[in-house]
Amino acid sequence: MINSCPHNSDSPNEHLLHRLYALQQQFLHISPESMQQVAREFNLPVSQVVSVVEFYSFFYTQPCGRFHVLFSNCTSCGYLAGEQNLMLILCQQLQVIPGKTRSDGLISIDETSCIGLCDQGASLLINGLPVTRLNPDKIAEIAQCITTETPLAKWPAKWFEIQDTVHQRSLLLTEQFIPGSALQKVLTQGADETLSTILQSGLCGRGGAGFNTGKKWQLCREAPGNAHYVVCNADEGEPGTFKDRFLLRDQANALFEGMTVCAFVIGAEKGFVYLRGEYRYLLDHLHAVLNQSRQQGLLGQNILGHANFHFDIEIVVGAGAYICGEESALIESLEGKPGIPRIRPPFPVTHGYLGQPTVINNVETLIAAAHIAIHGSTWFKSAGTEKSTGSKILSVSGDCCSPGIYEYSFGVNIQQVLDDCHAHNVQAVQIGGPAGKLIGAADFNRTISFEDVSTGGSFLIFGQQRNLLTINRNFARFFAHESCGFCTPCRVGTHLLKNNLDKIANGRGTAYDIEELKQLSQLIQHHSHCGLGHTAANHILDSLQHFPQVFEAKLKQHFTAQFDLDQALETARQVTNRDDAAAHLD
Amino acid sequence: MDAALAAEVYIPHLCHYPGLTPSGNCRLCVVEIGSRSAAACITPAITGQEIRNNAPELNETRKAITQMLFVEGNHICPSCEKTGNCKLQAMGYYLGMLEDHFPQFYQRREIDASHAKILLDRGRCILCDLCVRASRDVDGKNVFAIAGRGTGAHLIVNSPTGKLADSTVETSDLAATICPVGAILIKEQGYQVPIGQRIYDQHTIREIGLQESIAKKNDD
Repeated sequence: MINSCPHNSDSPNEHLLHRLYALQQQFLHISPESMQQVAREFNLPVSQVVSVVEFYSFFYTQPCGRFHVLFSNCTSCGYLAGEQNLMLILCQQLQVIPGKTRSDGLISIDETSCIGLCDQGASLLINGLPVTRLNPDKIAEIAQCITTETPLAKWPAKWFEIQDTVHQRSLLLTEQFIPGSALQKVLTQGADETLSTILQSGLCGRGGAGFNTGKKWQLCREAPGNAHYVVCNADEGEPGTFKDRFLLRDQANALFEGMTVCAFVIGAEKGFVYLRGEYRYLLDHLHAVLNQSRQQGLLGQNILGHANFHFDIEIVVGAGAYICGEESALIESLEGKPGIPRIRPPFPVTHGYLGQPTVINNVETLIAAAHIAIHGSTWFKSAGTEKSTGSKILSVSGDCCSPGIYEYSFGVNIQQVLDDCHAHNVQAVQIGGPAGKLIGAADFNRTISFEDVSTGGSFLIFGQQRNLLTINRNFARFFAHESCGFCTPCRVGTHLLKNNLDKIANGRGTAYDIEELKQLSQLIQHHSHCGLGHTAANHILDSLQHFPQVFEAKLKQHFTAQFDLDQALETARQVTNRDDAAAHLD
Repeated sequence: MDAALAAEVYIPHLCHYPGLTPSGNCRLCVVEIGSRSAAACITPAITGQEIRNNAPELNETRKAITQMLFVEGNHICPSCEKTGNCKLQAMGYYLGMLEDHFPQFYQRREIDASHAKILLDRGRCILCDLCVRASRDVDGKNVFAIAGRGTGAHLIVNSPTGKLADSTVETSDLAATICPVGAILIKEQGYQVPIGQRIYDQHTIREIGLQESIAKKNDD
């Protein structure tokens, strides 16, 4: 059987992903023997453990270096975001090939999908810790620290600093949150009235999909089950999004209280925060806040003295899989399985964690819910538009002078955001990340709202100097890498899209390839299993529509072979140690 | 899907086998319900529903998906032991597929020849998950699973060494025979049926698809 057995039978509080992480830390990889041991401990088939290890990017079956460096490959915080290839520089200085551990086991270097540090300049994770504001000089210093095997604790502390800058505040970020205030209000007025307040507020999910939060809570509350669960989706994986990183650092109290309010409404006793593996360094802080809340009687048994209200929160840390931001994949991961999206319906509100009714909300949504519980629905509706009430927190990054956190009332237009962050000569904005919409200058009067341009928070700015085809290739690589591999259109299709864009960029494309891109994009968009596939080709279709010249500039007028025949012989030349004229085709 | 098959309406499919829990991974069975695309095998039928199935554009999509499966794996039809009895090949014929269309991936995929009687060639696997479900739900053995992500997804064997020889699989298992392609083969049985008498020499995949189900198999 595929077991939903995320916890260790010997130490019931240990989650499968956490156990595997501990092994990864201890042995720098997870060996077949370790996997068998874990299978025994968790009473799982060894194949299930293998499939979990092989699914998540941060688990390795071959040893990593004692220093394991992961460069972000995002368009904002990635190693190619600046003028130089920072990963290449570090690799050259340390004599490392990306993806291969150096023979002495000291160092391994690879790239990873966006690590949510887009407002901090080019960034990397070293043994899980973020190093921000990279430049060639800092790379040289890092190389020195690694060569001398200086422990991370002795590296300059300021290298690891994350500076959160809030440039614009609206509803949520202007209010001071006093721990306990939402719960006091809610416990006084009761679950029914709390639910109707949330319903009246019109609050919709801030993760991107925009489902009505009150409605979700109501459906979950009404769903029969042995237990109900609240899950916070803190798997903020959309490249260009980092507002949850900020909220988890700054507003964890409000988040946990929002979850507790939800638990009170739906009748849950257990909640989870599913934290993306890239944000593991926030774990100590979050645990400290949780403990403080328990001491204050805001979590645990008899919350605020309320005899029948018990609720607590566990944090489960992911291990590098964008797909786990999809709610049913997230639940699979919570259950200790590969993050493959479930067949929906049934939806998590009725059949979620362990098959029980489950509310899954985004970090920002739950914080908003806590504030609504305190200040009421009228306060919330004072901001925003008729269909998009309240405010939205944006993660602004890319080609602008002031990247960072911006909170606006819904309905703000794109130009306003660009003006506020001092972005000049903007060619295009990618809103909602690679899965979102590419907007050209002609549409900068459009607004951020559910009825116009919706976003989970990612706001990537591309200046005139950027080559959009390079951006499209980056996004296509991202989706091919993050596709879970379950359904054919997405698994094969995202890979084909990536290859097709590479072909065009390498000057081997013709008008035929443009047609091919369109057809493939539509097939993936319409016939994939989940949201990843449905949105994976958006950026290509948008580019083809609004910026066709980007592609056309690269096209050949006549038939061109798909690959360079002479180049294809290069390996053979190397093997035979020949480079004479007869070893070339020309 | 099962409702359609019962009504003798064929919806092309590879990862579905009536009697096993549907998975929905191959997407060959895409149909249109209103303006929405859905995989028929995982969508319950509702009275009064209007479904588009045998439409030219849907069959074009199915052909493209079949081509995707062909280029992703290493399908060696002319020399494959399964040729003539292979559902992927038969699907290609049924949908009028004349060429691969997409560039080949040429992925390296491991062969497991460790078992005395059963061969596993991952190069020919289409990740349909049928052997996984058959072994788990019918054979009660849980011999197979799928691991990895994206195009790195591959079939694994639930044994301490990961080898088929060390698993509990037997030739009489449904999992050993349900493979629609030539990924799981019973050894020493290749090419026994002469060309012209193989399943898809004599029938289209439509005819076979309308007949088969686990229940019928058990009745035999």
